Amino acid sequence: MPLLEISELSVDFKTGSGQFRAVDGVSLTVDRGEILAIVGESGSGKSVAMLAVMGLLPWTATVTAKTLAFDGRDLLTLSPRERRKLVGKDMAMIFQEPMSSLNPCFTVGYQIGESLKVHLGLTKSERRQRSIELLNAVGIPDPERRLSAFPHQLSGGMSQRVMIAMALACRPKLIIADEPTTALDVTIQAQILELLVSLQRETDTGLVLITHDMGVVAETAERVSVHYAGQKIEEQPVGPLFSDPHHPYTAALLAALPERAKGKHLPSIPGVVPGQFDRPPACLFEPRCRFATDRCRTKVPPRQGAIAGFALCHYPLTHGRPIGHPNPEGREVAA
Amino acid sequence: MISFIIRRVLLVIPTFVAIAFLTFVAIRLVPGDPVEARTGERGISPERLAYFRHELGLDQPVWKQFLDYLWQIAHGDFGTSISTQTPILTEFTTLFPATLELATCAMLFATILGIPAGVIAATRRGTFVDYTLMGAALTGFSMPIFWWGLLLILFFSVDLGLTPVSGRIDLLYYFEPVTGFMLIDSWLSGEEGAFASAVSHLILPTIVLGTIPLATIARMTRSAMLEILGEDYVRTARAKGLSPFRVVGIHALRNALIPVVTVIGLQVGALMAGAVLTEYIFSWPGIGSWLIESIQRRDYPVLQGGILLVSGIVILINIFVDLLYGVLNPRIRHAR
Ligand SMILES: Nc1ncnc2c1ncn2[C@@H]1O[C@H](COP(=O)(O)OP(=O)(O)O)[C@@H](O)[C@H]1O
Ligand code: SF4
Ligand SMILES: [Mg+2]
Repeated sequence: MPLLEISELSVDFKTGSGQFRAVDGVSLTVDRGEILAIVGESGSGKSVAMLAVMGLLPWTATVTAKTLAFDGRDLLTLSPRERRKLVGKDMAMIFQEPMSSLNPCFTVGYQIGESLKVHLGLTKSERRQRSIELLNAVGIPDPERRLSAFPHQLSGGMSQRVMIAMALACRPKLIIADEPTTALDVTIQAQILELLVSLQRETDTGLVLITHDMGVVAETAERVSVHYAGQKIEEQPVGPLFSDPHHPYTAALLAALPERAKGKHLPSIPGVVPGQFDRPPACLFEPRCRFATDRCRTKVPPRQGAIAGFALCHYPLTHGRPIGHPNPEGREVAA
Repeated sequence: MISFIIRRVLLVIPTFVAIAFLTFVAIRLVPGDPVEARTGERGISPERLAYFRHELGLDQPVWKQFLDYLWQIAHGDFGTSISTQTPILTEFTTLFPATLELATCAMLFATILGIPAGVIAATRRGTFVDYTLMGAALTGFSMPIFWWGLLLILFFSVDLGLTPVSGRIDLLYYFEPVTGFMLIDSWLSGEEGAFASAVSHLILPTIVLGTIPLATIARMTRSAMLEILGEDYVRTARAKGLSPFRVVGIHALRNALIPVVTVIGLQVGALMAGAVLTEYIFSWPGIGSWLIESIQRRDYPVLQGGILLVSGIVILINIFVDLLYGVLNPRIRHAR
């Protein structure tokens, strides 16, 4: 049984102009000790999907799923109170903006100690002990003194280390890191990522790494889930994904990398992710796809099998060639 | 921190001079003077009039009177009342506890009700509860003190006979003031019913004076909370699995208190103005009633000295609130 099992997860937001489906039928699993990367352009529902798992969405969101299970427990039927016993203890999340994610009015020590107190009932001195241990583990020098520091006294990198320490506090089984390095200096990014991965290895935690960075994906992830406009459009182990992408979107992403797997940011491909009002009727990638046919415009693409990377496409690629496509060369797509 | 306090205290001096100047000029712009006020409409012989004016120094040029006054104040001498011949400081210290007691109770009333009301409205945003609370706050905010005071008196005192209409305690009770605060003194006196009587006298004035600050604090708390509930660190707090009470009441409220305390501080000046009216309505023997009487008598020294002393206290409270702001906001605390 996987640690985290999501099947057919959808999230709808009530907005001023009606319903908006930010996550659309996403299925994922994460095992203990595994690193799953989620990639996709901004706005493809990566964060919202994971916030749904954590139960952190605002009231305007409606979450539906066939399965949403963590560690053998059904999150869909858990009472809010029961769920809060898991969140922050067995599953923890690290966010993109470390500077604004720490409460400016409380010391580092207080903020780390809080979950230790609430979930584990540690005494004050035990909390202090464990907090020092944690700050050491995340590579913060002089931890005793740092405990009484306020967030504004920390740099972005230091804040993210504190966030990681907070996430690790109760020895969670799953960590969700939502673009943990995007807001940091380039020089710090690698350090933080290395730290996160090494801690994950040591503790055999499951790690969901949401990222923009294909280089990071290549170096750290074991499996990759590619998302587009709220849908998961492909999922493969990292090696095969880079060598033989099956969905035209993945292929376009990889083709746009200046030097494969070395580019620091998600490469840009012509066009934009559809929003609430310009959602194509069938395949959501169709306006930007060089293989789009009439069928893609009218008929919702099927989910392919494991051999084709679960691609959500009428003509999944094998070694760059669309299977069953009337014109396998495709066309150029203008920006 | 120390240098901050010193700077703030030094800034008080020019403020003080400006206030002294404004009251000094304003009083003299009002028709009539202390001599006329005492001798009445029919008047006295021009010689006597000139004699009294000379006696009080009113025949001097105004700029000379002002400089003399400043010189006097600089030596800690606030002068004596023209009508009672009592030193102004003595009158002030006798009457001020009554005002302070009323103002403190009003502020406590406003804070204790206003902050929870704002928090509840923010967490129930857009619901019936929110609209009700904020509607009430808007009404309270727009309520003229005089009208509101009379309304409460009519209802609670006249119709229901629940509360007394004037004074600080029933005439039945007499004891020597120890602290000047009726609640404490009546308690200390040990006389049966004295404390209850003091409380019942305090209720309506407290509500009347506290209503505007209450409304202001509730509205400010709500808007500060609404902003803060959308902050990333509130999401972090929820991601720790903390209870809604901890998330809202500790993580969010702690941050919301920073702007709210500023607003409370700004209310203090307005509170003094409100106290004058409230005391007048309820015949509350405090600084407000004293100042209003001194206007009627054109008792220049009382009016000038009283306003200066009240301003001084308001300034002190504002400095204290600034310090509190620093204590609440770690960023400021370390910057100083
Ligand atoms: N609270 C919200 N209300 C309405 N729409 C939202 C909300 N949060 C996110 N969205 C929308 O959901 C979509 C997915 O957002 P997100 O999951 O943050 O994307 P990303 O893949 O960049 O993490 C976006 O179009 C965003 O505008
Ligand atoms: S279904 Fe058609 S349009 Fe969509 S990705 Fe596949 S080929 Fe492109
Ligand atoms: Mg995101």
